[in-house]
Amino acid sequence: MSSNGAVSKNTETVKRGLAQMLKGGVIMDVVTAEQARIAEDAGAAAVMALERVPADIRAQGGVARMADPEKILEIQAAVTIPVMAKCRIGHFVEAEVLQSLGVDYIDESEVLTPADEEHHVAKSGFDVPFVCGCRNLGEALRRIGEGAAMIRTKGEAGTGDVVEAVRHMRRVMSELRQIQHMRPDELFAYAKDIQAPVHLVQEAAELGRMPVVNFAAGGIATPADAALMMRLGCDGNFVGSGIFKSGDPAQRARAIVEATTNFEDSALVAEVSRNLGEPMVGIANSSLQPEEMLAGRGW
Amino acid sequence: MSVRIGVLALQGDFAEHGAMLGRLDTQAVEVRQPSDMAGIAGLIIPGGESTTIGKLMERYGFREPICHLAETGKPIWGTCAGLILMARDVGRTQPLLNLLDITVERNAFGRQTDSFETDLEIEGISGGPFPAVFIRAPVVREVGPGVQVLSRLDDGTIVAVRHGRLFGTSFHPELTGDTRLHAGFVEMARQA
Repeated sequence: MSSNGAVSKNTETVKRGLAQMLKGGVIMDVVTAEQARIAEDAGAAAVMALERVPADIRAQGGVARMADPEKILEIQAAVTIPVMAKCRIGHFVEAEVLQSLGVDYIDESEVLTPADEEHHVAKSGFDVPFVCGCRNLGEALRRIGEGAAMIRTKGEAGTGDVVEAVRHMRRVMSELRQIQHMRPDELFAYAKDIQAPVHLVQEAAELGRMPVVNFAAGGIATPADAALMMRLGCDGNFVGSGIFKSGDPAQRARAIVEATTNFEDSALVAEVSRNLGEPMVGIANSSLQPEEMLAGRGW
Repeated sequence: MSVRIGVLALQGDFAEHGAMLGRLDTQAVEVRQPSDMAGIAGLIIPGGESTTIGKLMERYGFREPICHLAETGKPIWGTCAGLILMARDVGRTQPLLNLLDITVERNAFGRQTDSFETDLEIEGISGGPFPAVFIRAPVVREVGPGVQVLSRLDDGTIVAVRHGRLFGTSFHPELTGDTRLHAGFVEMARQA
């Protein structure tokens, strides 16, 4: 048969499509191949390869960078699920390096130390898709305008305190509800206010949702946290330090996967939450100094 | 007569399948537990991660009710991860339903940057080529007796199969605006 059409790679449909396949799932931070295997066995939809989980970045300080390529290759060899990796905000060479390693998604992440305090990576020019963090609709749509094919809340990574993820998800969902009721002329003024591309504001208003898949991230530590974020309207969860900084990572990972799937079934969330062992210790957001907050990074 | 089609909603793009069914004025039921399968006339197993969906399927005891649905002649259709889950053999150990006598290779095209779109001729689908989106897609390497090949890539790779009322596609019709495959599936469920 030779009657099929031409083949197109790296289209918007294909980039956004992989995020659609991750919906209803949990993406877990891992720093070793062994952790990646535990995550896959527990039912992770993807893993995020990084050098240190956010809780350790906070504790140890210093500059946080892209992971060692050797680590990423080991993690890729260990699992069949998609492997994501983080680059610093604006560090387009780290992004190119990650693309050359064949990672499935790049997270241009505020969790790492920013490489550029003005510019984000021009993501449309890459073959590999990107996910980026946001605190509100304007920030989300700016990132999509730059080429992000998936969005997540920033939350406050490495704290085990879900309050910032809740704040960001509520803000985004509320702004999406507001624009659905705006007149066309109001959408222009609103786009200017939130510093977002007009066509993306119009698209979100028409769709009644974010134009790309929208996950929660930053501070999710328990099955109930994961279900809470789903109830607030996200499409799935990133869990960073919450799993491998807890007492029994495998069991907690499984429980968070089940709670993300069955987020409306409180009896099931209760069942999977029993005897999970110690959660990560955590830092209350209210005790952080403003300069210790990661979510303010990104522009 | 309207029918209810179940969409396995453990993980993946089940909402996209639901939206396609909605466009066909067909009620989609999100299936998270076996009890949600009551009264459905057919089942779609969506795209997603086959290891994630498979593990949850095992944990909630879906194997028996899904196989029972197939035995009673109700149509079942797996897209991408769904195709993997319906296979007999995928070359590694993971939970499978063994509904289709096929051998599947996962991630057969490579990593995400090798994902692609194309237009495909599909047997039984009239009205021109079908837009097909392949995302870290599996392909069918071997088919057993009775399994019909519905579509191939130009190099001969099998990307759509059928056995009776059981269907598997490597690609994602639910990510396109083309409802022809969903319409055919709903029609089959109506008659089953």
